[in-house]
Amino acid sequence: MLAKKGKVSVMMGNAVAATVARLCRPEVVSLYPITPQSEVAETMSGFVADGSLDAEIVEVEGENSAMNVCRAASLAGARTFTATSSYGLVYMYDTVLETAGFRAPVVMVNVNRETPGIHAVSSGQQDMISTRDAGWVQIIVENNQEIADQLIMCYRLAEDYDIQLPVMLNYDGYYLSYLNEEVEIPEQSDVDAFLAPLKDQPRRPRIIPGKSTGCGTHGMEMGYVEARYKHWLALDRVKQKVDEIDKKFGEYFGRNYGGQIEEYRMKDAEIAILASGSAAGTAKTVVDTKREQGLKVGLIKLRLYRPFPEERLIAALKGKKAVGVIDRSISFGWKAGPMAVELKALCNQIGNIPVLSYIDGLANLDITIPHIGRVVDEVNAAAKGKPYQEVTWIPLE
Amino acid sequence: MVIKYKYQMQTEAPWSDANQKMLALDTGGWRTERPVLDKSLCNYCGLCSLYCPPQCMRDKGDHYEADLAWCKGCGICVHECPRKALSMKPEGEFTNAR
Repeated sequence: MLAKKGKVSVMMGNAVAATVARLCRPEVVSLYPITPQSEVAETMSGFVADGSLDAEIVEVEGENSAMNVCRAASLAGARTFTATSSYGLVYMYDTVLETAGFRAPVVMVNVNRETPGIHAVSSGQQDMISTRDAGWVQIIVENNQEIADQLIMCYRLAEDYDIQLPVMLNYDGYYLSYLNEEVEIPEQSDVDAFLAPLKDQPRRPRIIPGKSTGCGTHGMEMGYVEARYKHWLALDRVKQKVDEIDKKFGEYFGRNYGGQIEEYRMKDAEIAILASGSAAGTAKTVVDTKREQGLKVGLIKLRLYRPFPEERLIAALKGKKAVGVIDRSISFGWKAGPMAVELKALCNQIGNIPVLSYIDGLANLDITIPHIGRVVDEVNAAAKGKPYQEVTWIPLE
Repeated sequence: MVIKYKYQMQTEAPWSDANQKMLALDTGGWRTERPVLDKSLCNYCGLCSLYCPPQCMRDKGDHYEADLAWCKGCGICVHECPRKALSMKPEGEFTNAR
Protein backbone atom coordinates (compact mmCIF):
# COMPACT_ATOMS: atom_id res chain seq x y z
CA MET A 1 0.00 0.00 0.00
CA LEU A 2 1.38 3.36 -1.02
CA ALA A 3 -1.28 5.78 0.22
CA LYS A 4 -1.17 7.59 3.53
CA LYS A 5 -4.00 6.87 5.95
CA GLY A 6 -6.78 9.25 4.99
CA LYS A 7 -9.07 11.14 7.33
CA VAL A 8 -11.77 8.88 8.75
CA SER A 9 -15.08 10.41 9.66
CA VAL A 10 -18.79 9.72 9.56
CA MET A 11 -20.16 11.16 6.34
CA MET A 12 -23.37 11.21 4.36
CA GLY A 13 -23.25 9.57 0.91
CA ASN A 14 -23.87 12.81 -0.96
CA ALA A 15 -21.15 14.61 1.02
CA VAL A 16 -18.74 11.81 0.16
CA ALA A 17 -19.50 12.14 -3.55
CA ALA A 18 -18.89 15.90 -3.53
CA THR A 19 -15.80 15.70 -1.32
CA VAL A 20 -14.13 13.09 -3.49
CA ALA A 21 -15.21 14.75 -6.74
CA ARG A 22 -13.33 17.81 -5.49
CA LEU A 23 -10.21 15.71 -4.85
CA CYS A 24 -10.31 14.57 -8.48
CA ARG A 25 -9.88 18.25 -9.47
CA PRO A 26 -12.61 18.75 -12.08
CA GLU A 27 -12.03 21.92 -14.09
CA VAL A 28 -15.64 22.47 -15.11
CA VAL A 29 -18.59 21.59 -12.88
CA SER A 30 -22.19 22.02 -13.92
CA LEU A 31 -25.10 20.51 -12.09
CA TYR A 32 -28.65 21.19 -11.08
CA PRO A 33 -30.06 20.19 -7.69
CA ILE A 34 -32.63 17.41 -7.51
CA THR A 35 -33.74 15.20 -4.63
CA PRO A 36 -31.96 13.01 -3.52
CA GLN A 37 -28.81 14.48 -5.10
CA SER A 38 -29.17 18.12 -3.95
CA GLU A 39 -26.37 18.05 -1.36
CA VAL A 40 -23.92 17.12 -4.09
CA ALA A 41 -24.87 20.25 -6.04
CA GLU A 42 -24.87 22.43 -2.93
CA THR A 43 -21.56 21.12 -1.62
CA MET A 44 -19.79 21.45 -4.99
CA SER A 45 -21.01 25.03 -5.32
CA GLY A 46 -19.76 25.66 -1.78
CA PHE A 47 -16.30 24.33 -2.65
CA VAL A 48 -16.02 26.69 -5.59
CA ALA A 49 -17.39 29.61 -3.56
CA ASP A 50 -14.95 29.13 -0.66
CA GLY A 51 -12.03 28.64 -3.02
CA SER A 52 -11.25 25.05 -2.05
CA LEU A 53 -11.96 23.91 -5.60
CA ASP A 54 -10.40 25.74 -8.51
CA ALA A 55 -13.10 25.04 -11.08
CA GLU A 56 -15.41 26.87 -13.39
CA ILE A 57 -18.92 26.26 -12.09
CA VAL A 58 -21.64 26.87 -14.66
CA GLU A 59 -25.01 27.55 -13.09
CA VAL A 60 -27.68 26.22 -15.42
CA GLU A 61 -31.45 26.30 -15.57
CA GLY A 62 -31.78 22.53 -15.82
CA GLU A 63 -30.06 19.20 -16.28
CA ASN A 64 -30.16 19.26 -20.06
CA SER A 65 -27.90 22.31 -20.06
CA ALA A 66 -25.73 20.82 -17.32
CA MET A 67 -24.85 17.84 -19.47
CA ASN A 68 -24.40 20.01 -22.56
CA VAL A 69 -21.95 22.18 -20.62
CA CYS A 70 -20.04 19.14 -19.39
CA ARG A 71 -19.84 17.55 -22.82
CA ALA A 72 -18.65 20.77 -24.47
CA ALA A 73 -16.08 21.40 -21.73
CA SER A 74 -14.90 17.83 -21.96
CA LEU A 75 -14.44 18.14 -25.74
CA ALA A 76 -12.40 21.29 -25.07
CA GLY A 77 -10.11 19.12 -22.96
CA ALA A 78 -11.39 19.82 -19.44
CA ARG A 79 -12.04 17.33 -16.68
CA THR A 80 -15.71 17.65 -15.78
CA PHE A 81 -18.12 16.59 -13.07
CA THR A 82 -21.88 16.53 -12.83
CA ALA A 83 -24.50 14.78 -10.74
CA THR A 84 -28.17 14.07 -11.17
CA SER A 85 -31.04 11.71 -10.45
CA SER A 86 -34.32 10.46 -11.88
CA TYR A 87 -36.20 13.32 -13.58
CA GLY A 88 -32.90 15.12 -14.03
CA LEU A 89 -31.38 12.18 -15.87
CA VAL A 90 -34.45 11.89 -18.05
CA TYR A 91 -34.44 15.62 -18.75
CA MET A 92 -30.89 15.36 -20.09
CA TYR A 93 -31.58 12.19 -22.06
CA ASP A 94 -30.75 13.48 -25.56
CA THR A 95 -27.49 14.96 -24.39
CA VAL A 96 -26.64 11.87 -22.32
CA LEU A 97 -26.76 10.00 -25.64
CA GLU A 98 -24.68 12.64 -27.39
CA THR A 99 -22.05 12.70 -24.66
CA ALA A 100 -21.54 8.99 -25.18
CA GLY A 101 -21.64 9.23 -28.97
CA PHE A 102 -19.07 12.03 -28.93
CA ARG A 103 -16.97 9.89 -26.57
CA ALA A 104 -16.63 12.73 -24.05
CA PRO A 105 -15.22 11.30 -20.79
CA VAL A 106 -17.68 13.05 -18.49
CA VAL A 107 -18.02 11.58 -15.00
CA MET A 108 -21.54 11.78 -13.57
CA VAL A 109 -22.91 10.70 -10.25
CA ASN A 110 -26.45 9.40 -10.59
CA VAL A 111 -28.25 9.03 -7.28
CA ASN A 112 -30.75 6.28 -8.09
CA ARG A 113 -34.40 7.20 -7.86
CA GLU A 114 -37.60 6.02 -9.51
CA THR A 115 -38.34 7.69 -12.83
CA PRO A 116 -41.33 9.57 -14.23
CA GLY A 117 -44.29 7.42 -15.07
CA ILE A 118 -45.84 7.58 -11.69
CA HIS A 119 -44.49 10.46 -9.69
CA ALA A 120 -42.19 8.73 -7.25
CA VAL A 121 -39.86 10.59 -4.91
CA SER A 122 -38.26 7.38 -3.74
CA SER A 123 -35.39 4.98 -4.32
CA GLY A 124 -35.12 2.52 -7.19
CA GLN A 125 -32.76 1.84 -10.09
CA GLN A 126 -35.25 2.59 -12.85
CA ASP A 127 -33.50 5.84 -13.82
CA MET A 128 -30.23 4.08 -14.51
CA ILE A 129 -31.97 1.25 -16.36
CA SER A 130 -33.70 3.78 -18.62
CA THR A 131 -30.30 4.90 -19.96
CA ARG A 132 -28.93 1.38 -20.22
CA ASP A 133 -28.31 1.50 -23.96
CA ALA A 134 -27.01 5.08 -24.03
CA GLY A 135 -23.43 3.86 -24.43
CA TRP A 136 -22.21 5.03 -21.03
CA VAL A 137 -20.24 2.93 -18.60
CA GLN A 138 -22.56 2.25 -15.66
CA ILE A 139 -21.22 1.35 -12.25
CA ILE A 140 -23.26 0.61 -9.12
CA VAL A 141 -21.83 0.86 -5.62
CA GLU A 142 -22.83 -0.62 -2.30
CA ASN A 143 -21.75 1.77 0.45
CA ASN A 144 -20.31 5.21 1.14
CA GLN A 145 -16.68 4.09 1.14
CA GLU A 146 -17.26 2.59 -2.27
CA ILE A 147 -18.70 5.89 -3.50
CA ALA A 148 -15.42 7.54 -2.55
CA ASP A 149 -13.12 4.91 -4.01
CA GLN A 150 -15.13 4.21 -7.11
CA LEU A 151 -15.42 7.88 -8.03
CA ILE A 152 -11.64 8.14 -8.19
CA MET A 153 -11.51 4.99 -10.31
CA CYS A 154 -14.23 6.44 -12.58
CA TYR A 155 -11.96 9.29 -13.65
CA ARG A 156 -9.09 6.92 -14.27
CA LEU A 157 -11.40 4.80 -16.43
CA ALA A 158 -13.30 7.50 -18.34
CA GLU A 159 -10.23 9.46 -19.40
CA ASP A 160 -8.09 6.45 -20.27
CA TYR A 161 -6.92 6.88 -23.85
CA ASP A 162 -8.12 3.38 -24.76
CA ILE A 163 -11.58 4.04 -23.35
CA GLN A 164 -12.68 7.71 -23.80
CA LEU A 165 -16.19 7.11 -22.54
CA PRO A 166 -18.49 8.84 -20.06
CA VAL A 167 -18.99 7.01 -16.78
CA MET A 168 -22.11 7.03 -14.62
CA LEU A 169 -21.58 6.20 -10.97
CA ASN A 170 -24.82 4.99 -9.39
CA TYR A 171 -25.71 4.74 -5.73
CA ASP A 172 -29.06 4.22 -4.07
CA GLY A 173 -30.91 7.44 -3.40
CA TYR A 174 -32.43 7.84 0.09
CA TYR A 175 -30.39 4.86 1.26
CA LEU A 176 -26.79 5.85 0.57
CA SER A 177 -27.48 9.48 -0.33
CA TYR A 178 -28.70 10.22 3.20
CA LEU A 179 -26.90 7.46 5.05
CA ASN A 180 -24.14 8.46 7.47
CA GLU A 181 -21.33 5.94 7.50
CA GLU A 182 -17.69 5.72 8.45
CA VAL A 183 -15.63 6.71 5.44
CA GLU A 184 -11.91 7.16 4.86
CA ILE A 185 -11.32 10.08 2.52
CA PRO A 186 -7.97 9.74 0.73
CA GLU A 187 -5.38 12.50 0.88
CA GLN A 188 -5.29 14.97 -2.02
CA SER A 189 -1.70 14.00 -2.87
CA ASP A 190 -2.68 10.34 -3.15
CA VAL A 191 -5.66 11.03 -5.41
CA ASP A 192 -3.36 13.18 -7.56
CA ALA A 193 -0.82 10.38 -7.71
CA PHE A 194 -3.41 7.76 -8.61
CA LEU A 195 -4.76 9.88 -11.47
CA ALA A 196 -1.31 11.01 -12.62
CA PRO A 197 -0.77 8.15 -15.14
CA LEU A 198 -3.50 9.74 -17.29
CA LYS A 199 -1.10 12.60 -17.96
CA ASP A 200 1.44 10.20 -19.50
CA GLN A 201 -1.05 8.99 -22.09
CA PRO A 202 -1.44 10.57 -25.53
CA ARG A 203 -3.68 13.59 -25.39
CA ARG A 204 -7.15 12.99 -26.78
CA PRO A 205 -8.34 15.37 -29.54
CA ARG A 206 -9.99 18.56 -28.38
CA ILE A 207 -11.62 21.67 -29.77
CA ILE A 208 -8.98 24.27 -30.56
CA PRO A 209 -10.12 27.81 -31.41
CA GLY A 210 -9.29 28.63 -35.02
CA LYS A 211 -8.94 25.02 -36.14
CA SER A 212 -11.70 23.57 -38.27
CA THR A 213 -12.19 20.47 -36.20
CA GLY A 214 -15.49 19.15 -34.99
CA CYS A 215 -16.85 16.14 -33.19
CA GLY A 216 -19.90 14.01 -33.65
CA THR A 217 -21.20 15.66 -36.80
CA HIS A 218 -20.42 13.01 -39.39
CA GLY A 219 -23.23 10.64 -38.61
CA MET A 220 -24.20 9.73 -42.14
CA GLU A 221 -24.01 6.21 -43.46
CA MET A 222 -20.53 4.74 -42.94
CA GLY A 223 -19.46 7.58 -40.67
CA TYR A 224 -22.21 6.50 -38.30
CA VAL A 225 -21.42 2.81 -38.60
CA GLU A 226 -17.73 3.41 -37.98
CA ALA A 227 -18.27 5.59 -34.90
CA ARG A 228 -20.76 3.11 -33.45
CA TYR A 229 -18.44 0.18 -34.07
CA LYS A 230 -15.53 1.92 -32.34
CA HIS A 231 -17.82 2.86 -29.44
CA TRP A 232 -19.04 -0.74 -29.17
CA LEU A 233 -15.48 -2.06 -29.10
CA ALA A 234 -14.45 0.52 -26.50
CA LEU A 235 -17.23 -0.62 -24.17
CA ASP A 236 -15.96 -4.16 -24.51
CA ARG A 237 -12.46 -2.99 -23.51
CA VAL A 238 -13.94 -1.37 -20.40
CA LYS A 239 -14.47 -4.75 -18.75
CA GLN A 240 -10.79 -5.67 -18.54
CA LYS A 241 -9.84 -2.08 -17.75
CA VAL A 242 -12.19 -2.02 -14.75
CA ASP A 243 -10.47 -5.11 -13.35
CA GLU A 244 -7.03 -3.58 -13.97
CA ILE A 245 -7.88 -0.26 -12.34
CA ASP A 246 -9.44 -2.04 -9.36
CA LYS A 247 -6.23 -4.03 -8.92
CA LYS A 248 -4.10 -0.88 -9.13
CA PHE A 249 -6.40 0.90 -6.71
CA GLY A 250 -6.01 -1.97 -4.26
CA GLU A 251 -2.23 -1.84 -4.54
CA TYR A 252 -2.27 1.89 -3.93
CA PHE A 253 -5.04 2.40 -1.37
CA GLY A 254 -5.38 -1.07 0.15
CA ARG A 255 -9.03 -1.49 -0.77
CA ASN A 256 -10.28 -3.85 -3.51
CA TYR A 257 -13.73 -4.35 -4.89
CA GLY A 258 -13.32 -7.27 -7.27
CA GLY A 259 -13.52 -5.19 -10.43
CA GLN A 260 -16.56 -5.85 -12.62
CA ILE A 261 -18.27 -8.05 -10.04
CA GLU A 262 -17.63 -8.95 -6.43
CA GLU A 263 -17.82 -12.64 -5.65
CA TYR A 264 -18.81 -13.12 -2.03
CA ARG A 265 -18.40 -16.68 -0.70
CA MET A 266 -18.89 -17.97 -4.24
CA LYS A 267 -15.98 -20.40 -4.47
CA ASP A 268 -17.68 -23.48 -3.01
CA ALA A 269 -21.23 -22.18 -3.40
CA GLU A 270 -23.84 -24.41 -4.98
CA ILE A 271 -26.43 -21.68 -5.43
CA ALA A 272 -26.06 -17.94 -5.92
CA ILE A 273 -27.81 -14.63 -5.49
CA LEU A 274 -27.17 -11.74 -7.85
CA ALA A 275 -27.80 -8.28 -6.41
CA SER A 276 -26.45 -4.76 -6.72
CA GLY A 277 -26.23 -1.50 -4.81
CA SER A 278 -26.94 -1.21 -1.11
CA ALA A 279 -29.06 -4.38 -1.21
CA ALA A 280 -25.84 -6.33 -1.84
CA GLY A 281 -24.72 -5.38 1.67
CA THR A 282 -27.89 -6.84 3.17
CA ALA A 283 -27.49 -9.91 0.97
CA LYS A 284 -24.01 -10.54 2.41
CA THR A 285 -25.52 -10.71 5.89
CA VAL A 286 -28.11 -13.21 4.65
CA VAL A 287 -25.43 -15.31 2.93
CA ASP A 288 -23.46 -15.45 6.21
CA THR A 289 -26.53 -16.57 8.18
CA LYS A 290 -27.50 -19.19 5.64
CA ARG A 291 -23.93 -20.46 5.54
CA GLU A 292 -24.06 -20.94 9.32
CA GLN A 293 -27.13 -23.06 8.71
CA GLY A 294 -25.14 -25.19 6.30
CA LEU A 295 -26.48 -23.85 3.02
CA LYS A 296 -23.78 -23.40 0.36
CA VAL A 297 -24.89 -20.04 -0.98
CA GLY A 298 -22.85 -17.17 -2.39
CA LEU A 299 -23.47 -13.66 -3.61
CA ILE A 300 -22.47 -11.95 -6.82
CA LYS A 301 -22.54 -8.21 -6.45
CA LEU A 302 -22.95 -6.67 -9.86
CA ARG A 303 -20.78 -3.55 -9.89
CA LEU A 304 -20.44 -3.03 -13.63
CA TYR A 305 -23.82 -2.98 -15.31
CA ARG A 306 -22.73 -1.50 -18.66
CA PRO A 307 -20.86 -3.09 -20.25
CA PHE A 308 -22.45 -6.25 -18.84
CA PRO A 309 -19.70 -8.43 -17.32
CA GLU A 310 -20.51 -11.51 -19.39
CA GLU A 311 -17.22 -13.36 -19.07
CA ARG A 312 -16.85 -12.81 -15.32
CA LEU A 313 -20.45 -13.87 -14.67
CA ILE A 314 -20.11 -17.01 -16.77
CA ALA A 315 -16.92 -17.94 -14.90
CA ALA A 316 -18.50 -17.24 -11.52
CA LEU A 317 -21.74 -19.11 -12.16
CA LYS A 318 -20.46 -22.10 -14.12
CA GLY A 319 -21.36 -25.26 -12.23
CA LYS A 320 -23.82 -23.58 -9.88
CA LYS A 321 -27.21 -25.21 -9.58
CA ALA A 322 -29.54 -22.18 -9.49
CA VAL A 323 -29.40 -18.41 -9.21
CA GLY A 324 -31.80 -15.79 -7.87
CA VAL A 325 -31.62 -12.26 -9.25
CA ILE A 326 -32.91 -9.30 -7.26
CA ASP A 327 -33.83 -6.35 -9.45
CA ARG A 328 -34.69 -2.93 -8.07
CA SER A 329 -36.29 -1.99 -11.38
CA ILE A 330 -38.56 -3.33 -14.07
CA SER A 331 -38.00 -4.31 -17.68
CA PHE A 332 -41.31 -3.45 -19.23
CA GLY A 333 -42.23 -6.00 -21.84
CA TRP A 334 -40.05 -8.76 -20.42
CA LYS A 335 -41.23 -11.36 -17.96
CA ALA A 336 -38.29 -10.80 -15.62
CA GLY A 337 -36.26 -7.97 -14.08
CA PRO A 338 -33.63 -6.28 -16.29
CA MET A 339 -30.61 -7.97 -14.71
CA ALA A 340 -32.38 -11.34 -14.67
CA VAL A 341 -33.13 -11.03 -18.39
CA GLU A 342 -29.49 -10.33 -19.16
CA LEU A 343 -28.26 -13.16 -16.99
CA LYS A 344 -30.65 -15.52 -18.77
CA ALA A 345 -28.98 -14.53 -22.04
CA LEU A 346 -25.79 -16.16 -20.69
CA CYS A 347 -27.46 -19.46 -19.81
CA ASN A 348 -26.21 -21.38 -22.83
CA GLN A 349 -22.69 -20.76 -21.52
CA ILE A 350 -23.44 -21.09 -17.80
CA GLY A 351 -25.68 -24.12 -18.21
CA ASN A 352 -29.41 -24.41 -18.27
CA ILE A 353 -29.94 -23.67 -14.58
CA PRO A 354 -33.04 -22.12 -12.99
CA VAL A 355 -32.85 -18.31 -12.98
CA LEU A 356 -35.38 -16.91 -10.53
CA SER A 357 -36.25 -13.26 -11.01
CA TYR A 358 -37.29 -11.11 -8.06
CA ILE A 359 -38.60 -7.56 -8.21
CA ASP A 360 -38.12 -5.82 -4.88
CA GLY A 361 -37.18 -2.51 -3.32
CA LEU A 362 -39.24 -0.35 -5.67
CA ALA A 363 -40.28 3.08 -4.43
CA ASN A 364 -38.23 3.05 -1.20
CA LEU A 365 -39.59 -0.32 -0.05
CA ASP A 366 -36.77 -2.03 1.80
CA ILE A 367 -35.08 -5.13 0.45
CA THR A 368 -35.03 -6.75 3.86
CA ILE A 369 -33.13 -9.66 5.39
CA PRO A 370 -36.32 -11.82 5.42
CA HIS A 371 -36.93 -10.95 1.76
CA ILE A 372 -33.46 -12.10 0.71
CA GLY A 373 -33.70 -15.10 3.06
CA ARG A 374 -36.81 -16.17 1.22
CA VAL A 375 -35.04 -15.74 -2.12
CA VAL A 376 -32.23 -18.02 -0.94
CA ASP A 377 -34.69 -20.68 0.23
CA GLU A 378 -36.60 -20.65 -3.04
CA VAL A 379 -33.43 -20.76 -5.13
CA ASN A 380 -32.26 -23.68 -3.02
CA ALA A 381 -35.53 -25.53 -3.63
CA ALA A 382 -35.29 -24.82 -7.37
CA ALA A 383 -31.72 -26.20 -7.36
CA LYS A 384 -33.11 -29.45 -5.96
CA GLY A 385 -35.51 -29.75 -8.86
CA LYS A 386 -38.64 -28.37 -7.19
CA PRO A 387 -40.96 -26.26 -9.37
CA TYR A 388 -40.44 -22.52 -9.05
CA GLN A 389 -42.03 -19.27 -10.05
CA GLU A 390 -40.15 -17.45 -12.81
CA VAL A 391 -40.85 -13.91 -11.57
CA THR A 392 -41.87 -12.78 -8.12
CA TRP A 393 -42.86 -9.28 -7.13
CA ILE A 394 -41.88 -9.62 -3.48
CA PRO A 395 -43.84 -6.62 -2.11
CA LEU A 396 -47.06 -7.99 -3.60
CA GLU A 397 -46.93 -11.32 -1.79
CA MET B 1 -15.72 -11.29 -37.79
CA VAL B 2 -13.49 -10.11 -40.62
CA ILE B 3 -13.58 -6.34 -41.04
CA LYS B 4 -12.71 -5.29 -44.57
CA TYR B 5 -13.74 -1.70 -43.97
CA LYS B 6 -11.07 1.00 -43.71
CA TYR B 7 -11.72 3.69 -41.08
CA GLN B 8 -12.45 7.20 -42.35
CA MET B 9 -11.81 8.90 -39.03
CA GLN B 10 -8.30 8.80 -37.67
CA THR B 11 -9.38 9.24 -34.06
CA GLU B 12 -11.10 6.97 -31.57
CA ALA B 13 -13.90 9.50 -31.01
CA PRO B 14 -15.80 10.74 -34.08
CA TRP B 15 -13.55 13.75 -34.70
CA SER B 16 -13.06 15.17 -38.13
CA ASP B 17 -12.04 18.36 -39.81
CA ALA B 18 -14.16 20.00 -42.44
CA ASN B 19 -12.21 18.47 -45.30
CA GLN B 20 -13.78 16.84 -48.31
CA LYS B 21 -13.10 13.26 -47.36
CA MET B 22 -15.89 13.25 -44.81
CA LEU B 23 -18.50 14.09 -47.42
CA ALA B 24 -20.23 10.75 -47.33
CA LEU B 25 -23.77 11.36 -48.45
CA ASP B 26 -24.85 12.65 -51.84
CA THR B 27 -26.64 15.68 -50.40
CA GLY B 28 -26.87 17.23 -53.86
CA GLY B 29 -29.98 15.12 -54.39
CA TRP B 30 -31.83 17.11 -51.74
CA ARG B 31 -31.71 20.32 -53.74
CA THR B 32 -34.75 22.07 -55.24
CA GLU B 33 -32.87 25.32 -55.97
CA ARG B 34 -29.22 26.05 -56.71
CA PRO B 35 -26.99 29.10 -56.17
CA VAL B 36 -26.11 30.90 -59.40
CA LEU B 37 -23.32 33.48 -59.53
CA ASP B 38 -23.27 36.81 -61.36
CA LYS B 39 -19.50 37.06 -61.83
CA SER B 40 -19.65 40.79 -62.59
CA LEU B 41 -20.73 41.43 -58.96
CA CYS B 42 -18.40 38.96 -57.22
CA ASN B 43 -15.26 40.34 -55.57
CA TYR B 44 -13.98 36.91 -54.46
CA CYS B 45 -14.38 37.69 -50.74
CA GLY B 46 -15.04 34.03 -49.87
CA LEU B 47 -17.87 34.56 -47.38
CA CYS B 48 -20.09 32.12 -49.30
CA SER B 49 -17.43 29.46 -48.83
CA LEU B 50 -16.98 30.23 -45.12
CA TYR B 51 -20.67 29.88 -44.33
CA CYS B 52 -21.47 26.91 -46.58
CA PRO B 53 -22.70 24.12 -44.21
CA PRO B 54 -21.45 21.12 -46.22
CA GLN B 55 -18.31 23.09 -47.24
CA CYS B 56 -18.93 22.48 -50.92
CA MET B 57 -17.81 25.85 -52.36
CA ARG B 58 -14.89 25.31 -54.72
CA ASP B 59 -12.20 27.97 -55.11
CA LYS B 60 -11.98 28.84 -58.82
CA GLY B 61 -9.19 31.44 -58.48
CA ASP B 62 -11.34 34.54 -58.96
CA HIS B 63 -14.68 33.29 -57.65
CA TYR B 64 -16.30 30.37 -55.76
CA GLU B 65 -18.62 27.81 -57.25
CA ALA B 66 -20.89 25.32 -55.50
CA ASP B 67 -20.05 21.67 -56.11
CA LEU B 68 -23.51 20.47 -57.06
CA ALA B 69 -22.77 16.90 -55.93
CA TRP B 70 -22.94 18.18 -52.34
CA CYS B 71 -24.82 21.50 -52.47
CA LYS B 72 -28.09 21.00 -50.58
CA GLY B 73 -29.60 24.21 -51.97
CA CYS B 74 -29.96 25.75 -48.52
CA GLY B 75 -29.32 29.28 -49.83
CA ILE B 76 -27.07 30.40 -46.98
CA CYS B 77 -24.38 31.53 -49.45
CA VAL B 78 -26.97 33.73 -51.16
CA HIS B 79 -28.06 35.15 -47.82
CA GLU B 80 -24.47 35.90 -46.75
CA CYS B 81 -23.17 37.38 -50.03
CA PRO B 82 -22.64 41.10 -49.25
CA ARG B 83 -22.70 42.07 -52.95
CA LYS B 84 -25.79 40.04 -53.84
CA ALA B 85 -23.79 38.28 -56.51
CA LEU B 86 -25.48 34.96 -55.75
CA SER B 87 -29.13 34.09 -56.27
CA MET B 88 -31.17 30.91 -55.98
CA LYS B 89 -32.71 29.49 -59.13
CA PRO B 90 -35.20 26.59 -59.22
CA GLU B 91 -33.73 23.29 -60.35
CA GLY B 92 -36.47 23.03 -62.91
CA GLU B 93 -34.73 25.70 -64.99
CA PHE B 94 -31.69 23.42 -65.37
CA THR B 95 -33.36 20.13 -66.20
CA ASN B 96 -33.45 19.02 -69.80
CA ALA B 97 -37.04 17.85 -69.66
CA ARG B 98 -37.91 19.63 -72.88
